[in-house]
Amino acid sequence: MSSAPRSPLELFAIDHLLTEEERAIRDVVRDFVERRIKPEVADWFEAGTIPARRLALEFGELGVLGMHLEGYGCAGTNAVSYGLAAMELEAGDSGIRSLVSVQGSLAMYAIHAFGSEEHKREWLPRMAKGEAVGCFGLTEADFGSNPSGMRTSAKRDGDDWLLSGSKMWITNGTIADVAIVWAQTDDGIRGFVVPTDTPGFSAREIHKKLSLRASLTAELIFDGVRLPADAVLPGVQGLKGPLACLNEARFGIAFGTLGAARDCLETAISYALDREQFDKPIAAYQMTQQKFADMTLELGKGMLLALHLGRLKDEHLLRPEQVSLGKLNNAREALAIARECRGILGGNGITLEYPVIRHMNNLESVYTYEGTNEMHTLVIGQALTGIPAFR
Amino acid sequence: MKIAVCVKQVPDTWAEKRLKPEDSTLDRESAEGVLNELDEYAVEEALRLIEAQGGEVVVVSMGPERAGETIRKALSMGADAGIHIVDDALHGSDAIATSAALAKALEGRGFDLILFGSESTDARMSVVPAMVAERLGLPQLTFAQKVEVDGSTVRIERQAEYGYDSIEASAPVVVSVVEKINEPRYPSFKGIMAAKKKPVDTLTVADLGLEPVTVGLAAAWSAVDEFAARPPKAAGTVIADDGAGGVKIADYLSQQKFI
Ligand SMILES: Cc1cc2nc3c(=O)[nH]c(=O)nc-3n(C[C@H](O)[C@H](O)[C@H](O)COP(=O)(O)OP(=O)(O)OC[C@H]3O[C@@H](n4cnc5c(N)ncnc54)[C@H](O)[C@@H]3O)c2cc1C
Ligand SMILES: Cc1cc2nc3c(=O)[nH]c(=O)nc-3n(C[C@H](O)[C@H](O)[C@H](O)COP(=O)(O)OP(=O)(O)OC[C@H]3O[C@@H](n4cnc5c(N)ncnc54)[C@H](O)[C@@H]3O)c2cc1C
Repeated sequence: MSSAPRSPLELFAIDHLLTEEERAIRDVVRDFVERRIKPEVADWFEAGTIPARRLALEFGELGVLGMHLEGYGCAGTNAVSYGLAAMELEAGDSGIRSLVSVQGSLAMYAIHAFGSEEHKREWLPRMAKGEAVGCFGLTEADFGSNPSGMRTSAKRDGDDWLLSGSKMWITNGTIADVAIVWAQTDDGIRGFVVPTDTPGFSAREIHKKLSLRASLTAELIFDGVRLPADAVLPGVQGLKGPLACLNEARFGIAFGTLGAARDCLETAISYALDREQFDKPIAAYQMTQQKFADMTLELGKGMLLALHLGRLKDEHLLRPEQVSLGKLNNAREALAIARECRGILGGNGITLEYPVIRHMNNLESVYTYEGTNEMHTLVIGQALTGIPAFR
Repeated sequence: MKIAVCVKQVPDTWAEKRLKPEDSTLDRESAEGVLNELDEYAVEEALRLIEAQGGEVVVVSMGPERAGETIRKALSMGADAGIHIVDDALHGSDAIATSAALAKALEGRGFDLILFGSESTDARMSVVPAMVAERLGLPQLTFAQKVEVDGSTVRIERQAEYGYDSIEASAPVVVSVVEKINEPRYPSFKGIMAAKKKPVDTLTVADLGLEPVTVGLAAAWSAVDEFAARPPKAAGTVIADDGAGGVKIADYLSQQKFI
């Protein structure tokens, strides 16, 4: 006797762990993604571009930009709600979630945590509305996993700063109004609030990507960019500044990747129920069911982990190495789920008619950015042994 | 301006709806409950009116405990307060009893405008707004695709097959709205967080001053004797196109008296 199928996360009764408010916030984002993102995102992906300005305004109206920050026009939700929003956005597309993460958790967070009152008043309300877009420049062509070696520098010239160098792989770089740029100074690494219309600043779009195609990625070039004395973020010195921002974004990714995985798994289950080979649905074969069961377990365990990290974060107890547990596990498992689902869709699995290969390709970027799989492994290894093994 | 909006919790539009075998009433537990779609338009219209002219929006819902979520949804969109009529005695109420309870809850609170959706998606009777208006002795401006408030004059465009009728009445009035009227907003995150701090009064049948025997399933004027599941769809007729496919389809349609 067959029974009505249940979705993987329903099987885990995940909703039972959420408050009514968290579910309401999630539902609003889910609905937005269904109506505004899913119908169009495959075309954006194919075209290799997104209507980023328009989307930023729509996200501003929705309230997701910097949603977990307090004041300055931000909603001030809890961390779990922010995670759930990231998950729904990434169920649409990792590139779309990236736009929001970079804006809220990297650029706005940097200003919110380390900026002066003037920085906050000038940028945060407009960024929350999506009227101003931000980007975050840490990575350089020669310094990815090891940003401490960065070459971009800011030197004093009278009261001013002169910023020189370049940054690579910068999400939102070509459309940003403001860039948070990390540079070497005489006092170590400092962050700078750089309006992108400052003379000497330029951004070049990176083409030929096969991943995160519904996202804009850029190289930033600083050719003697003259900044006033107060362009520096006063609240932090050293690598811990950018790392604190990355922790915010990585937390969102621990949830976000599960959204992509969920979308793949749900697509594959419904596909397998419809698709018949050898006179019965491929969902009726034990090998297919084993795949579904295994993937559901990983998805559900990842979700429980993400929620646990979220509750810790809301109690201000979350440690960076715990964020690494979430980023490492959930990006890795989401990618594995996407690949398995890709196979279940057979030939249809390689087209943009279904979301699966798009998620799969996107997750390759997510696996790499915000700390590669290996970097998070080393963080966890150090936490367990006390021995840093990075170099 | 003081506006009431009557909102109903209904099973999710996409969910399979079932009647309960014990008493032939809708199984409201088996599907997720949502704010009746047209009522969202009514809430939106109320919010737009007070955003333009100032005032207060109170949402009123009759339904079991979990209809509280529906009230909260309307509050998160921006309504100011809620009234929840909740009482086991109301289970199985028909439109007559529902309208009596709503009328009692609305009465004497000084509402200038009482907004409704024009139809629920579960029972779809489209009668509650008119019944409430009759009980309160208020003019009914139903099926509005546009609402204007000018001092104490309320003007609507009533949707019609040929276009619309313009009608007006003096406040207080009952208005029911159709889908064409606006595009409801998403609740904002701030709205969602503020909603749980907004006041919601709960009222029982006794609070309303109604006799329990006049409401609920036993008091309903009509009863469901039996119900049956819809028969499964019969397999369609497949016509293979051997060059004369068009003629065969035309023959089929004329046999069925479609053409
Ligand atoms: C689409 C996209 C968007 C991005 N957006 C941004 C952005 O907005 N802002 C920003 O600053 N950056 C951004 N990045 C950059 C991203 O964070 C880096 O790509 C990432 O940190 C890895 O750096 P890398 O590419 O230089 O790889 P590398 O550091 O060269 O790593 C290559 C490989 O070597 C491994 N490896 C390195 N060191 C060790 C070691 N000690 N032990 C073992 N293995 C090691 C790595 O794990 C990896 O597998 C983005 C990247 C992509 C792809
Ligand atoms: C399948 C089914 C069949 C039914 N058949 C009958 C029947 O034949 N005869 C009968 O008398 N009753 C019937 N009922 C009961 C009916 O659902 C209730 O009386 C209901 O509260 C009002 O009817 P409606 O949903 O059709 O409202 P409608 O008149 O379609 O609703 C119009 C508007 O009235 C408001 N409204 C309606 N209900 C409420 C509420 N509970 N709280 C706040 N506002 C509300 C909303 O603004 C709504 O948009 C039936 C119910 C079901 C589920």
